[in-house]
Amino acid sequence: MDMKTFSKQLQSINQHLAQLDAIDDALIRAIENGLPLCSRPYAEIARQLGIDEQQVLARLAGLQQQGVIKRMGVIVRHRELGYRANAMLVWDVPDERVSELGRCLSQYDFITLCYRRPRVLPDWPYNLFCMIHGKSREDVLQRIDWLIEQCHLESLPHHVLFSRRRFKQRGAVYRADNMRHTQKRQEKHCAT
Amino acid sequence: MQLDQIDRQIINSLQEGFPVTEQPYAEVAERLSLSESELIARLERLLADRVLTRFGPMFQAEKLGGAFTLVAMSVRDDDFERVADIVNSFPEVAHNYEREHHFNMWFVVATDNPKRINDVLTEIELDSGYSCYNMPKQDEYFVKLKLVV
Repeated sequence: MDMKTFSKQLQSINQHLAQLDAIDDALIRAIENGLPLCSRPYAEIARQLGIDEQQVLARLAGLQQQGVIKRMGVIVRHRELGYRANAMLVWDVPDERVSELGRCLSQYDFITLCYRRPRVLPDWPYNLFCMIHGKSREDVLQRIDWLIEQCHLESLPHHVLFSRRRFKQRGAVYRADNMRHTQKRQEKHCAT
Repeated sequence: MQLDQIDRQIINSLQEGFPVTEQPYAEVAERLSLSESELIARLERLLADRVLTRFGPMFQAEKLGGAFTLVAMSVRDDDFERVADIVNSFPEVAHNYEREHHFNMWFVVATDNPKRINDVLTEIELDSGYSCYNMPKQDEYFVKLKLVV
């Protein structure tokens, strides 16, 4: 375990922490498993929290503005949509070029994550990580060839780690007491 | 499951966002030339069939004080199932993949408190007898978050 990396991460987290009050907190809990599927979903949340609809709308807009909510919408399962092959694609990039290459890779819609992470030497030399999706293994490999050409990655060592099995997939949970509800399916919990 | 053209339109459109207004479904339905009730019914079905994992907000966990990290392990093939069971039993393990590499187990640990990450990794190491290679995010390059279907 690298304590230096960890304490740096901790520091950056504390700097970026949003200022949330008890109502924001309750609102986040109310929507984190999904929005109600009824005509006025925000009125339904308001009813559950005992506040009014306009307040819910204003607070959600605020949370989006602060970047606490990246966006609202659907989260797809790649596998069920025909993207059966996924791989973690990792690169060993000189430190001063990581941002440039990260930005280049992340513009393609079949790249769904692109992070810089620490190397763990000597066992793991790679410091730029992407998730890449394709219809098949060949499709993924072709897309990688395309990326190498587009982002001029010819000289950089890379490795493709195809997935064999997925054991667990759930959305991340941000409140400990919600942990046990994580497998809960979104329900139509509307009073009206 | 089979998706028709309307399902695809809904998925493509709602990956770009969902309005925060009084009647958001009606707004989206109008854009897609559907009725509000048909849009809601189709979303229910896509969720029930697990084409969609979730419909709602995507959070930036760090802003909420939560923490994530990616962890790699190199597990002996004949020991893989035992270790996978141990790792998967932790509620903080968000997902876990077996991958083709010397490092063959890759999982994400998500906690509501950054200090808890190290505790979880230490517990996993003690229970499994294998080292955790901790690879926390240092920088993020923003992706489109949209898969055209």
